[in-house]
Amino acid sequence: MALVVLGIAVVNFFLLHLAPGDAAQVLAGEAGSATPEYMAALRRQFGLDQPLPVQFVQYLGNLLTFNLGFSFRHGLPVLELIGQRLPATLLLMTASIGFAVLAGSALGVVAARNAGRLADTLISTLALLFYATPVFWIGLVLVVVFSVGLDWLPVGGMTSVEAGYGGWDHVKDVARHLVLPAATLGLFYLAIYTRLMRAAMLEVTTQDFVRTAVAKGLKPRRIALRHVLRNALLPVVTMLGVQVGSILGGAVLVETIFAWPGLGRLAFEALFQRDLNLLLGILLCSSAVVVVVNLAVDLLYTVLDPRIELAR
Amino acid sequence: MSIAQSVLPAAEERPVRRGLFARLLRRPSPVAGLVLLGAILAMAALADVAYPVDPLDMVGTPFLWPGADPDFPLGTDMMGRDIAAGIFHGARVSLLIGGVATLVSLVIGVGVGAIAGFFRGRADHALMHVTELFQTIPPFLFAIVIVAILQPTMTNVVLAIGLTSWPSLARLVRAEVLRLRDGEMVQASIVLGLSDARIILTHVLPNVLAPIVVSASIMVASAILTESSLAFLGLGDPNIVSWGSMVGAGREVLRTDWYVATVPGLAIVAAVLALNLLGDGLNDALDPRQNRR
Repeated sequence: MALVVLGIAVVNFFLLHLAPGDAAQVLAGEAGSATPEYMAALRRQFGLDQPLPVQFVQYLGNLLTFNLGFSFRHGLPVLELIGQRLPATLLLMTASIGFAVLAGSALGVVAARNAGRLADTLISTLALLFYATPVFWIGLVLVVVFSVGLDWLPVGGMTSVEAGYGGWDHVKDVARHLVLPAATLGLFYLAIYTRLMRAAMLEVTTQDFVRTAVAKGLKPRRIALRHVLRNALLPVVTMLGVQVGSILGGAVLVETIFAWPGLGRLAFEALFQRDLNLLLGILLCSSAVVVVVNLAVDLLYTVLDPRIELAR
Repeated sequence: MSIAQSVLPAAEERPVRRGLFARLLRRPSPVAGLVLLGAILAMAALADVAYPVDPLDMVGTPFLWPGADPDFPLGTDMMGRDIAAGIFHGARVSLLIGGVATLVSLVIGVGVGAIAGFFRGRADHALMHVTELFQTIPPFLFAIVIVAILQPTMTNVVLAIGLTSWPSLARLVRAEVLRLRDGEMVQASIVLGLSDARIILTHVLPNVLAPIVVSASIMVASAILTESSLAFLGLGDPNIVSWGSMVGAGREVLRTDWYVATVPGLAIVAAVLALNLLGDGLNDALDPRQNRR
């Protein structure tokens, strides 16, 4: 695990230094016509005049002390910027994943219990369509229908700044802003969980302990929920761990469309401003989120299936 | 997990053994996938004949809604570009990028998986660490960074998608190779004194072909999705028309002329849907165990 984190640091650092131009050039360009002396001073100030290995060692040393450097463009430490933006992204991720897992599992269970019938066909076709639809396109269509057309929900942002809500009103306001982005990001994963749950339910149903449960006369509903569902949840949880990275990627698209003030949009801004240090920090933190979620998934395994023990 | 199964009631009777193609054609959803894919391939092939003018050129009045002018069945965008022409030429770009990027991933993924699974031990350990690393870094963010650093050209987009989408294939191939590694066939080849490379290429990989083929069609689909997402964000090649960049451009006029952004998106859905249906169909056709359920 630690090795992976170190690997990520190495990859990010060298990848970003492949880029033509450096941050000093961008800064100077922003400031107008800069003299070479000013550029050199900028480079010295931020350590950009050092050879790459030295810069890398400096970078690693800073990482160990949780110092991710300074963003020239924002005039703030990178860690602070990320800290400001991370909660919004985590909120978006949690909401969309929660929606996808709950709704997807429910649809999958319904489809499996009606396998081959109309409900199954409808649900499976819907899942198939969502699975093939690009996230950004879903976002735009939802905006056209629910914001522009029906005017039910806000087009973007996280709060109604002009209203200046406090307390409960603020929570309700954020929730209203969250609906469209979370649905946009969630629909693709909803399709995945629906298909996965349906397949897992059908798989588990053929096992011996289910036949035993049927033989001892349990009600079908109880068998489905207590015996089959609990075992079918395992692949769903596995998928959760696998999908975190991809959800963070999807967040870039969703946050760009809905002006959601999270990490994804920060990454997008950083790229176009060539704010290398900031970008390094975001990639590192996103990868760290993936690592942490996978740890949590491993722990969840042991809860869902007591036979599984954590190695070491 | 297969879509074909979920869409359809399971087929009752099953022929003993038939060709792959015949088995594919026995269910409606892979057939639908093939037809849809054929239509998109035809669009790509006929793009220059049907729309010989550069799709980025202004050819009509801006903001013609679909159906308003018979010369432009899908309308024109805010720059007076023919949307239908963009869709035809975009089909070419999407299929090309999706196909080549998948080839890149196949080479890396199959290579890494086969070497790790066949040699095991230290090589396996090292390669699996690299795979884990690539699985941990969010792939789409990673692709964005690669394209942004190397400049948005078609080659770089292909590279970025190829470099970020191989890990799951590598794991799949590794698992299959590990399974075959101790089988009698490989053991016999070792006794016969065949070289490692020969054993991998002529005895191991052909037996792993079925899952690779299934993965490949799904990988082309997700490569098309990734390409369109990059283009939507403005990270596509600015000199070629792509479905994703058409949606991205249409975003600016979403409020009034939403058709500009939504019509090209339907093309993406159709292409990805076709490849997924085909992939599921292949999965069923190549894995006879699944047919019985």
